[in-house]
Amino acid sequence: MSAIAFPIPDADILARRDAIIAGLSLLVPPEALITSADERRPYETDALTAYRRLPLAVVLPSTTQQVAAVLSYCEKHGVPVVPRGAGTSLAGGAIPQEDAVVIGVSKMNRILEIDYANRVAKVQAGVTNLAVTGEVMAEGFFYAPDPSSQLACSIGGNIAMNSGGAHCLKYGVTTNNVLGVTLVMLDGSIVEIGGAHLDAPGLDLLGLIVGSEGQLGIVTEATVRILRSAEGARPVLFGFPTSEQAGSAVAAIIGAGIIPVAMEFMDKPAIEICEAFAHAGYPMDVEALLIIEVEGSDDEMDAQLARIVAIAREHGVKTVKESKSAMETAAIWKGRKSAFGATGRIADYICMDGTIPTGQLPHVLRRMDEIVKGYGLRVANVFHAGDGNLHPLILYNCNDPVEAQKAEDAGMDILKLCVEVGGCLTGEHGVGIEKRDLMTVQFNEADLHQQMRVRAVFDGQWLLNPAKVFPLEGRVAA
Amino acid sequence: MTLHIPTTEAQACAVVKSLIENATPLSIMGGNTRAGLGRPTQTQSTLSSAGLTGITLYEPSEMVIGARAGTPLALIQETLADRGQMLPFEPMDHRALLGTSGEPTIGAVASGNISGPRRINAGAARDSLIGIRLVNGRGEAIKSGGRVMKNVTGLDLVKLVAGSHGTLGFLTEVIFRVLPRPERIVTLVWQGLADEAAVSLLSAALGSPFEPFAAAHLPAGIGGDHARTLLRLENFSASIDYRAAELASLLSDHGVPVMIEGADSQALWEEVRDARFFAGTQEAVWRLSLAPTNGPKATAAIARALPQARWFYDWGGGLVWLAVPDAGDAGTAAIRAAIKPLGGHATLVRASDGLRASVPVFEPLAEPLMRVTAGIKQSFDPAGIFEPGRMYAGI
Repeated sequence: MSAIAFPIPDADILARRDAIIAGLSLLVPPEALITSADERRPYETDALTAYRRLPLAVVLPSTTQQVAAVLSYCEKHGVPVVPRGAGTSLAGGAIPQEDAVVIGVSKMNRILEIDYANRVAKVQAGVTNLAVTGEVMAEGFFYAPDPSSQLACSIGGNIAMNSGGAHCLKYGVTTNNVLGVTLVMLDGSIVEIGGAHLDAPGLDLLGLIVGSEGQLGIVTEATVRILRSAEGARPVLFGFPTSEQAGSAVAAIIGAGIIPVAMEFMDKPAIEICEAFAHAGYPMDVEALLIIEVEGSDDEMDAQLARIVAIAREHGVKTVKESKSAMETAAIWKGRKSAFGATGRIADYICMDGTIPTGQLPHVLRRMDEIVKGYGLRVANVFHAGDGNLHPLILYNCNDPVEAQKAEDAGMDILKLCVEVGGCLTGEHGVGIEKRDLMTVQFNEADLHQQMRVRAVFDGQWLLNPAKVFPLEGRVAA
Repeated sequence: MTLHIPTTEAQACAVVKSLIENATPLSIMGGNTRAGLGRPTQTQSTLSSAGLTGITLYEPSEMVIGARAGTPLALIQETLADRGQMLPFEPMDHRALLGTSGEPTIGAVASGNISGPRRINAGAARDSLIGIRLVNGRGEAIKSGGRVMKNVTGLDLVKLVAGSHGTLGFLTEVIFRVLPRPERIVTLVWQGLADEAAVSLLSAALGSPFEPFAAAHLPAGIGGDHARTLLRLENFSASIDYRAAELASLLSDHGVPVMIEGADSQALWEEVRDARFFAGTQEAVWRLSLAPTNGPKATAAIARALPQARWFYDWGGGLVWLAVPDAGDAGTAAIRAAIKPLGGHATLVRASDGLRASVPVFEPLAEPLMRVTAGIKQSFDPAGIFEPGRMYAGI
């Protein structure tokens, strides 16, 4: 695929490569600086693997001060920087460019402090999402945002992309669960924003930093909220004869004043793919599946489920299957969370991430099917039904360039549809390079210019993750 | 003083464009109930949202409501209540504390990031605000966010504008996510606890699986002769009974709580939400934000320097409302010195104009953050016309 353009590498920077590496080598220990082509190769892409560019060099600092020294050097010498967490971005948020230095936070992977009384954890940016929960689980706590890649993805990357997950219907996304960060600015200044308290003084810079896709600075440490887990949690499978019925059941549950912890939707192709992989006991004779999870004591869960089941029956549910054990619960979630990986076993796919008003669901499902069929391809749908965040997986063969282009075009058509019905281009994956050129579909020039002027306050030279988020043409610096 | 009351966004843009030419400073007014927040400003013009009213979008099954900025908050709350829903963050009403009258607007709730006791569980106003339309200081109407709650498209200017107190532009429309109203609400009240013991009780409760939605402590002399420690539960009725019993058992070291509900419970939390214990007095009032267990440490240090100080705690101890004599620097130096080693910050919420002009109302920021703040202000409002100096002198 070659539809998404990259900036032409700056010949002057490429010519200065040796000098730049020599300069960087004075700032970090030798083992933190990666320069050989073979060792740079793992950093040439992220989870948007169709695109790759070998970076000029890779730096893996182990302290905030090292990050500051490298950023300050890059600013002074006009070298682009691509920040990197674990490299799991589906939007190409961490894909480098040939004239850029990658700054990876993977070595900054220590949990610094757990404070149960105040319900916060202070961690370095390279700590994985799941490691935070792992650290506090024995005390009955967890870190709420749970992206599907949580085993691998880093807190730093989660903050950059404002990651969500299946359980954010109740607990919110990253921006609702981060209280403070240590931010290194492009000029090397180290600033603390927020902390263990619930709001920071002045403008909400923390809210601006979260989701800024590495364009405002590099976060090296974060204070995140940890929450006490409910007494129990139970996912239940609801199989419906049609997607419309599943959709109307979701609306009716919310209308009845019930907010389950999670409400996940899968269509028939997705059910088949995930069941073949996870053997979770998903019903195979239905067109749509909802995984609805409730929390509380056994009695509380029984009572809540009784209400949900009654509503589901009013909407024609065909199969209701409760998890009877921790193993069954794990299998049910394994199936859902491995949807992307499982799909990858049967075909290449691109995963889209638009959000729509949930009332538009039947219309959008129908239109998506038409769009993808129009390109002669197949689509499997998994999404967060409670909040309308869609993840259509468009299946194709990556060895066929024509088909690959069709898949990308179908994806873009779907995202335009999401905006057209009142939604947005990306619910939790971020813009990255993938949706960059569609930003003008959602935003007009004044909207985008305001965002870019704010960006310029932090990086007037467009050095931080420069090929991302904003279309390459028409950029403003101040 | 010129008062502008645009009835359309286009008119608001035209007003701003006309004022840019002479760099005429401009105040922004909603219901005029919170004009005393922040530093006093000197302006010749006022831009009112009174002409921009009405709910523009309400989809109960999508849990989203949108309204023009001047829409009365009361109308939003009634509309939501009719469908069994509510704003998740229980916005404070500043009228009692600031001695103002008028109708609070939904735009001001967004602009001031106005939250209440429920913030500790359900997030602040900024967490529920999902979309805005704003006239910036170039006279351009811009949007950020939208009507869907999961949205990471582009820079999150929604958060930046929430709590900017009108310094970045004039909001014309706001969109909030909403939640179902709980079936039942009760409050558990423990009596006679000292501050540290009370916060330790609240921490234990908030760290339990029984999910309090609000957690406050009123020391003796705040609304009553005896100290009261409050936990509020919201849920389905059967769950309330179960959870109240579990919490009483878990926290039995602190005594046996009394359970109140209905009007008594609601009135008590409105007093906490609105800091009404300090209404009508001559004291300066501060709002301190700290890690919850540092709340009592801060107040103990402050009491040594300012013996007349009175206070109570919300947010499990992490929000301290503090009243001190409105004299000298209103305790500024002592309060900020007490907080400094603990982390957190203090905001002067109520004081005479003279005091609010002479001491930093918002916690002073580190130099790089002050530079960023000035830069962001400039990026929205290059002529510096919106509420100049409202948050920081010269910005």
